[in-house]
Amino acid sequence: MTTLRLIWRNRLAAFGGIVLCAVVVVALLAPLLPLPDPDLTAPAERLKPPFSAGALLGTDHLGRDLLSRLIWGTRLSLAVGIAAAVIAAAIGSTIGIIAGFRGGRIDNLLMRGIDMLMAFPYILLALAIVAVLGPGLVNALYAVAAVNVPFFARNIRGVTVGLAHREFVDAARLSGKSGARLVFTEILPNVLPVIVIAMSTTIGWMILETAGLSFLGLGSQPPQADLGSMLGEGRKLLITAPHASIVPGVMIFLIVMSVNLLGDGVRDALDPRLRSGALSRPAAATEVRRKAATPAAGAGAGPLLAVEGLETEFQVGARVYRAVGGVDLAIAPGECLGLIGESGSGKSVTALSLLRLVASPPGVITAGAVRIGGEDTLAMKPEALRRIRGARVSYIFQDPLGTLHPLLRVGDQLVEAIRAHAPVPRRAAWARAVAMLERVQIPNAAARARSYPHELSGGMRQRVGIALALVNDPELVIADEPTTALDVTVQAGILAILDGLRRERGLSLLFITHDFGVVSQLCDRVAVMYAGRIVETGPTAEVLAAPRHPYTRRLIACVPEIGAGRRRLEAIPGLPPPVDALPEGCAFAPRCDKAAERCRTGQIALEGSGDRAVRCLFPEEVPA
Amino acid sequence: MLGYTIRRLLALVPVLLGLTVIVFAIMAMIPGDPATAILGSYATPENVARLNRELGLDRPLVEQYFIWLGNLAHGDLGRSYSLNRPVLDEVLERFSATLVLAGAALVLCTVFGLLIGIWTAARQYGLVDRVLTFVVLVGISIPSFWLGLLLILLFAVRLRWLPASGMQAIYGGGGLGDLAAHLVLPATTLAVVATGVIARLTRSAMLEVLRQDFIRTARAKGLGEGRVLYGHAFRAALVAIIPVIGVQAGFVLGGAVYIETVFQWPGVGGMLVTAISTRDVLLVQGGVLVVAASYVLFNLLADLAQTWLDPRVQT
Repeated sequence: MTTLRLIWRNRLAAFGGIVLCAVVVVALLAPLLPLPDPDLTAPAERLKPPFSAGALLGTDHLGRDLLSRLIWGTRLSLAVGIAAAVIAAAIGSTIGIIAGFRGGRIDNLLMRGIDMLMAFPYILLALAIVAVLGPGLVNALYAVAAVNVPFFARNIRGVTVGLAHREFVDAARLSGKSGARLVFTEILPNVLPVIVIAMSTTIGWMILETAGLSFLGLGSQPPQADLGSMLGEGRKLLITAPHASIVPGVMIFLIVMSVNLLGDGVRDALDPRLRSGALSRPAAATEVRRKAATPAAGAGAGPLLAVEGLETEFQVGARVYRAVGGVDLAIAPGECLGLIGESGSGKSVTALSLLRLVASPPGVITAGAVRIGGEDTLAMKPEALRRIRGARVSYIFQDPLGTLHPLLRVGDQLVEAIRAHAPVPRRAAWARAVAMLERVQIPNAAARARSYPHELSGGMRQRVGIALALVNDPELVIADEPTTALDVTVQAGILAILDGLRRERGLSLLFITHDFGVVSQLCDRVAVMYAGRIVETGPTAEVLAAPRHPYTRRLIACVPEIGAGRRRLEAIPGLPPPVDALPEGCAFAPRCDKAAERCRTGQIALEGSGDRAVRCLFPEEVPA
Repeated sequence: MLGYTIRRLLALVPVLLGLTVIVFAIMAMIPGDPATAILGSYATPENVARLNRELGLDRPLVEQYFIWLGNLAHGDLGRSYSLNRPVLDEVLERFSATLVLAGAALVLCTVFGLLIGIWTAARQYGLVDRVLTFVVLVGISIPSFWLGLLLILLFAVRLRWLPASGMQAIYGGGGLGDLAAHLVLPATTLAVVATGVIARLTRSAMLEVLRQDFIRTARAKGLGEGRVLYGHAFRAALVAIIPVIGVQAGFVLGGAVYIETVFQWPGVGGMLVTAISTRDVLLVQGGVLVVAASYVLFNLLADLAQTWLDPRVQT
């Protein structure tokens, strides 16, 4: 039902469907329509142009009415195309099901045969078959059906192999059903939709191919005429009577086009990725559509990074997922800020929003300002933004396998980063890349620079990721869970390298993690995020020693301490609220054991004194 | 890479042998008696039997196959009775013309298919994307033999810009410019469908790659959009596109049958259509075999190119 509605919503597919239906209805009604005999010759009336009296589309070289011949020819072409599709589907699917269901040697033998047939160019094979059977419409039909058999056999085999090992088939097998019964009761009903879809996408080709063979004079023989042979006859009069070739060609084109439109619609409707909008192409920078005017910049030398009231949303169809709901952050030169929260709290989206790297569509930044050295990245032109990216501010991402280009040597990826920002000759850039790889303690860096990412271990790849971030001597590095995908033993090494480089170069660092243990090792200050907002912030040691927000307290309680004996690890009950349905008031209230009525209404501000702040009406007591 | 190439070349041997078996089997299935076809229906039974013996047609089929294969190895594909010349000579002469046409078409469809695919992916859902996507759909739906006729009507008959048929002008032709002028219409016609197929695949492959994390890394490095698109996204998408270009080579070689008929290009496709009508079995056999073998070789090249571009599959 939904599928039908989706096809309908796709206007082009609907258009194709309507045209196709109209053509089929007219072809079916041909015997009932008041048409002259398509084969009646009238030498006196020959080659009349279209729109002449008594012959709407004109006449051909024997004076036959073209409209009548067109409709009867369409009828024949459709019938032959559909028959070829049915035959190809029946034979191909049978081979596919047998091969997929039986497996082993039978599968191997059948599929090698199919591969052999596919080694021929499609049309050539059809020609060879017609050569054997002799010219004629039925033989052309067989030929077209035969060359489409491999397509069905391969597709259906693939589906069957997947089904043959599923639980419900095993269950039926154990219940003592025979092979043939299994195929008919368990496999065929599941394969049938695939067969139908495969037919709908190939039927246009089959109509086209049979018409082609007829056009060459190898299909329908006179006086019987399908669209292809009409076109073939018309071709001989191309210059004196072009309408005789244009008319049947338009009809073939209309049929094939509407079948293709409809087929595309069916495929799109069945592709779940298109429904979710996941196939959208992310733009070079996240779209910024601020609801209000930009907050004015503070006077004088502010911090290196100042984020004010940042809001980032994902707009998917009519739904809005507010991932970041008004975040303020500030980082001084040389400072390390830890941004901590559960997965889905919006910390990564916050980080990516800073240089507008959130995939867009669907991401949109709807409010706030991100000032780097006083300049707002959200207001920048693409070229200005590009110059900051990777030069003044750089990123280290979580999964180093997915985030490095799989087909480029790691050294080249570093060279590219260097040369994107400075006119360094290739050789010099390569030397700098190798030196950087040495700095992140990659052994034998000169040789490793020539490796591809898949040839390196996870820890080595993340070192490359760090090298990539630091190679242009940035002022600020944003590290988005850089150790989460790694082994614990490797993690420690990576953190040590990062911390060492930070201190040596006086870098600022925004470190995103869900691990308080890592924060305590690395960060001067910490900001705790929940459901898209900062709920608590302060110096790391103080927040760890005396958390004020109930969420922070519970989060710290989740961290196991070595040597702390058999302390109970407390998971936080419940889940964070879905970001498209945030509750009013405190987002943590539904999971909080101190929540009161007041917590569920109005906005709760992030308030505090000195360098500590908390967004809670009932903060935890600070021990005196 | 060298070892892989050698292994692939060795794997080619059974495929090519399989091709010869299929071609031989198809031709052996042809009803009727070649000797009668050659001598005409007034031949005496004694003469038919003698010719059958001379042609080796009275032996078992398997033996016939190996004799045929042995002759093939010596470059002997038999003699075309309708043209009265060796099949190999005729086929090679015709095939060189087909190669010119199909090669030009393949270059056209690859270049334009890739460009259109990249452009439409880069401007997804924009005006350029919508217009080009529709044009591509028209391109893959239009019957090539009909498009050829329309182009002849427009450019040869109406505008008189380009010649409508043949490979060279009959009088004073033969230059490269002359060949190019004759090549424009048929090569364009032949390339249209394949261009559409490659463009569609390139668009979806590019969209697939553009969502990947390493594209975000490329942007985070501060690379320009052109570099991201061509140096990173296209480079990764190409690995998925190349096999399809290989398949399109088959469509172009096969589609040449229509185009050569429409434009009277002196290639192997037009020869096959005539040979089927005159039931010149050996000529059909030779033509099919040569075209199919060249398709297999082309797919091997596509395969090697893919391996060369993707270091992950090299072993």
